[in-house]
Order: sequence, then C-alpha cells, then structure tokens
Amino acid sequence: MPLHKTEYKGVLGWIDQRMPSVMAEYKKHLSEYYAPKNFNFWYFFGSLAIVVLVIQIATGIFLTMHYKADARHAFESVEYIMRDVPGGWFIRYMHSTGASFFFIVVYLHMFRALLYGSYRTPREIVWIFGCLIFLALMGEAFFGYLLPWGQMSYWGAQVIVNLFSAIPLIGPDLSLLIRGDYVVSDATLNRFFAFHVIAIPLVLVGLVAAHILALHDVGSNNPDGVEIKETLDPRTGKPLDGIPFHPYYTVHDIMGLGVFLIIFFSVLFFFPEMGGYFLEWNNFIAADPLQTPPHIAPVWYFTPYYSILRATTEEFMVVLAAGLAAYVLLLFFTLRNRLAKYAALLVGAAAVVLMIGGPFKLDPKFWGVVLMGVSVLIFVALPWLDQSPARSMRYRPGWHFWLLMAFVVVFLVLGYFGTQPPSPVNERASQAGTLAYFGFFLLMPWWSRMGEFKPAPKRVTFAAH
Amino acid sequence: MKKLIAAICLLASGTAYASGALIHLDTWPEARGKQLSALQNGARTFANYCLGCHGANLMRWNRLTAIGLDERQIRDFLIFGNQKVGDTMSTAMRPADAKLWFGKVPPDLSVITRARTSFEYKGTDYLYTLLRGYYRDAASPTGWNNVVYPSIAMPHILWERQGPREATIEKVHQDLGGKGLVREVSVYDAAGNVAVTRTPVQGPAAEGTVYSFRPADAALARQFDGEVADLVAYLTFMTDPSAATRVRIGVWVLLFLGLFTVVAWWLNREYWKDVK
Repeated sequence: MPLHKTEYKGVLGWIDQRMPSVMAEYKKHLSEYYAPKNFNFWYFFGSLAIVVLVIQIATGIFLTMHYKADARHAFESVEYIMRDVPGGWFIRYMHSTGASFFFIVVYLHMFRALLYGSYRTPREIVWIFGCLIFLALMGEAFFGYLLPWGQMSYWGAQVIVNLFSAIPLIGPDLSLLIRGDYVVSDATLNRFFAFHVIAIPLVLVGLVAAHILALHDVGSNNPDGVEIKETLDPRTGKPLDGIPFHPYYTVHDIMGLGVFLIIFFSVLFFFPEMGGYFLEWNNFIAADPLQTPPHIAPVWYFTPYYSILRATTEEFMVVLAAGLAAYVLLLFFTLRNRLAKYAALLVGAAAVVLMIGGPFKLDPKFWGVVLMGVSVLIFVALPWLDQSPARSMRYRPGWHFWLLMAFVVVFLVLGYFGTQPPSPVNERASQAGTLAYFGFFLLMPWWSRMGEFKPAPKRVTFAAH
Repeated sequence: MKKLIAAICLLASGTAYASGALIHLDTWPEARGKQLSALQNGARTFANYCLGCHGANLMRWNRLTAIGLDERQIRDFLIFGNQKVGDTMSTAMRPADAKLWFGKVPPDLSVITRARTSFEYKGTDYLYTLLRGYYRDAASPTGWNNVVYPSIAMPHILWERQGPREATIEKVHQDLGGKGLVREVSVYDAAGNVAVTRTPVQGPAAEGTVYSFRPADAALARQFDGEVADLVAYLTFMTDPSAATRVRIGVWVLLFLGLFTVVAWWLNREYWKDVK
C-alpha cells in the first residue's frame, strides 16, 4: 500500500503518511470544529468538567498506589497518605476537593442546558449521554465514598445499600449481592474499590467520548439558541457565526481554567474540609459497625435526592397518590393518542393502588426509593417535556426564567434540608420541595407553551471584543 | 412500630444536639496554634499525661520536628520506653485492660479535633472546654464528672495541675410531674459531695444548663487554662500535621495562578480582537 499523500512536512508529515486519522481527527474536533462565537460564562463548564475528570483520574492513580482496600487498614492508609507519603496530603485533598467540584461543575453545566435549551432537537442524544454521565458520576462518588472507611462512609453505604432491599421480591437478595455480606464489610469495601477504580471510570470515560462525539456531529448550541449551520458562508461553506474551536475557544477556556483553578486551590489549600461539606467531620472517626452515628447524612451533592427519599413518609403517600391521580386525569384529557390515553390511565390507576390501596400497597420506603430514582432520571425526559416554541431562555417569557430560578432554589433548599437531622420542619419543607421539584418537570409540557415568546433571531448576537 | 423507631431516631438526634447546643463552650484561643512554644508545651503535656492511655497511632514521633524539636530532644524528653523516633505514638496500655478499668478503650487521638467538630461547634472549643470541665463527684465510679460530657469514663487526669474546685451546675428543665419548668442547682464541693436545691421557675425561662467553678487556687487554675490551650493546639497540629505547609504553599500557588490568569486573559483578548 502506498503512503498517504500529505500536505505536512517533517515528523508530522511522516506520521500523516502512515496514520492520516491523527490530523483528520484533530481538524474535525479542534481546528475545524466550528463553535458559535457567542458563548458566554456558562459555556466554561463543559471543558472544566473534563479538567476535573483528568484531575480525579491522575490523583486517583497515585492514591491507589498507597491505599489499602482492607477493612482493617483502609482508614489508617488514608491517614498514612496524608502524613507519611511525600505530598500525599496534596494528592488526597485534590481528590476529595475534586469530587465536590466535579458535581459543582456538572450541576452548572446542566443548568446551562436548561437555560438555553441545549437538549432540544437535534441534541437529544448529546443530552441522554450527558444524563448517563451524571448517573455514572453519582455511582463513582458513592463507591468512592466508602473507601476512607470512616463512620460516614460506612453508615452512608449501609443506608444506601439498604434502599435496594425496599424493592419488592428481589430487594433483600439484591442488597445482599451488592454488599457481598449481611452488613457492610471487608467484602463490600473490596468490590466498591473495584467499581471505583476501574469499572465506573471506564464507563465514565467511554460516555464522555460518546457525549463529545454526539455533540460534534450536531454542533454546539449557544445562548441565542440559533442553529449556526443554517447560515453558511457561500464562499467557504463554513458557518458565518461559527469560529474554529482551536485556537479561539482553547485560549478562551484556558482563561476560564485559570479562574477555576484559583477557586479550586483556594478551597484545597485553605479550607479542605469546606466547613464539613466536602470532608464530613464524622468521617475522621474510623468505621465502627457497632456504633451508629446519631445523624447520618450523605455528602452535599446527594442531599437533594436524599431529602426526596426522606420526604416520602406514610402520611405523604396520600398526597403523592392524589397528585398522581390528578396528573393522570390531566394526561387523559389532554393526550390525543387513544392508546397513550388509556395506557396512562391504567398505569396511573395501578400505581395509585400500589401506593395507598390497603392490602395491595407497597412500603412507603419503596416509593421513596422510586421517587429518588425518578428525580435523577427525569432529566432524561427534558427534550420531550419542554414544548416551548423558543429554544433559549432569552426568547421565552420572563416568568419562565423565574420559574427555572425557583426550581434552582427548590433544589438548593432540598439539598440544605438533606444535610440536616430529621425534624418536623425539615419533613414538611422536604415534602413541599418534592412536590415543587416534580411539578416543575411533569407540568412542563403545559407551562413551557404558555406566555408571550419573543421572535428568535436568525443570527447570533455578538459584540466584537 | 415504625412510629416508635422514628420517635427514637428523633430523640437520639435531639439529645446528641442538645449536648452541643445547650452547654456553652469556651472559645479556644486560636493564636496558640501558631506559637511553637505553645505547640511544644502541648506536646509535652500530651506525652506526659495523655499517652498513658490514649494512643496517636497515625502520628510518628519524628513529625514533631515540624514544631521545632530535633530528634535528640524528641528521644530524650518525650519518648518513654524503647520506642524509636520513626515509630508512631502508641500507648502502652492494653485494650483489654482499658476495657476492664474504664469500661471502654480510650479513643485514638490522632485526628481528634477534626473528629469532634460538627456543624454546631469546633472540635477545638469542645476539647478546650471538656478538659477544663471536670468536677469532683462522689457518686461517679472514678470520682470525677464533667459538665460537657456527663458520666464521662475518663477521670480528671490533669487535676493536680488545676487544683481543687467547687462546681455549681444550674439546670432548667421540665419537671417530671409536668408542672412546668424547674430550676435545679447542684453545688459540688471539692470532695465531690453535692447539695441540690430545686425551685419552680417563675416567669419565662429557657431550658438549658449553665455552670460555674470556684477554684481553690485561682492563679493555678488560670495557668491550667493556658496549659489546656497549648494541649489543644498540639492536638490540632496532630490532626493535620501538614496544615502549616499547606497554607504556606497555597499562597504561592494562588499568586502563580493569578499571574497565569492574567496572561491567559491577555492571550484570549489578543486572539479574539479580530473576531467580528
């Protein structure tokens, strides 16, 4: 086979003759990937998420060199890393701070999608891969949190694995399978270690690649929600509102990275525990299977979902069932497809019976687990729930924006109450928050169509620097 | 049954918080944490008193070079027995003996100030108040009790350094008969004998506990406050021995990143200035 014809000289030319895909991929994804030129602040978080992923993998490799996945030594080995391994404290704090920042960055990245409708056609697959990344990230964080083998690690894992036992029929066996023992033990620690250092990271990296490939097939959205591929330069065939990712967005993102690292390292060097939110105080006590801490709370990034779980009490089931019944009726009278209409009615009626139907009802704990799961998975449905004629919040009614902000507040309030010990106020606030959380999503097909929409422009709004 | 469990959980969390929220904790003088003399003094108290029962198994003796001691000083003045400077600070007391003598194994103190911190209070304030909160109580098995941690298993190991004290503990709580609030004043003399007076509370009052001490030798007790402050400074150092290095490096890292960001901002501006 003859050598590939190349336009490059020197070493690059030699490589290009033998492996042309290097430069072809470089062009496709960097130097000739046209991104809209009106990206704003919210568009830093995608590249920052990759940076944090790299930080976590790099520090994780070094931690694995010194960590002992053994219930007798795990707690000590983490402190050994902090004290006796040269620079170990830096690697460990980087990993623990990185874990929290991963969620901060990903939550802001997701908020951007909600703000500018980035999940709308044709980017549904980009969005679904993103949701899967979020799920994998939650798994990664959960498995990793057991490894320091502190009291919170141990009892947090105990609580979460026990949730699976609420699933009818298979539940108890399933939680036994996850733990590998009747309580969280050395067996659990070892399998969680395997999941944390290899299984989930492989999945995560694969999903990130798929997320970016899918994005580069359809092109990036932008704050105006304009499709830049619809306005091409007749001469070059390139989008008029687009600009090559490299060098324009690489230098742009490096600037964002600088600001991000200032914040990241301020936390790492001066407040590594972040007031007990990034490193929980109780986790500095070695795991003790015989002593339950008075108050078990997951790390802050899980607490909104934990609040939803705790809100689902026996008496709240009536409210939930009534809400579901009302929603099913709403579907029944608005859906046009007859099959869908009756399917909704049937499924809804069955769910209501299983929720409050005397002898047929399932434990509220099970429904709490269901609601917690749905509260995470419901993001997947956004491309279909959002029926707004305009993609970007800029051209939607003002109150849509405030509704989104209200959702953010609900999310934060649920998160706050999830960190607090149970109390009557906490319970009611979490229940109100749960209703608001699901209301925002489930009623979106109706509210997203309402109000005065502004005409969306054909070209992006961009002021030269 | 479920309601009962929920009630117990609520109660358990409630009392755990009560111990933190209802007792006033003194503020540990934070400046001590930065004084080498205070840290060294604390290390001495730790080696002389605490290490008899508590280990610090995550901490090596030679890490004390970070607070200005050299290895010879550590070996000559701090290590009892045949430990080497590269060993960890373990206690000679056997866990089985500890269980027999005190009812439980004393906790390892390597990360104690962090472990005792919560959203309500700092571990340093907790330990500073706890170690100064002992009073004689003839009714307790060890002869000692504590205002911060009632019925504590640990006796007042530092009592000679503080001198005898009289304690007055004033509790305002719901009367068991349900007839409203009661003020219960217990005065413990220096020998641990108690005199209790109960009076119904007139007018509005909050539930809670306040305490005060009357030392026999006020100057000695004041000096003891300083010693405990130094001990807590040392425990704080031990909890995260790299903390001082971390903060020092952190300043330089941030200065570098500030410069980096300025250059990156300038580079970005240069690239984007032609984009129309």
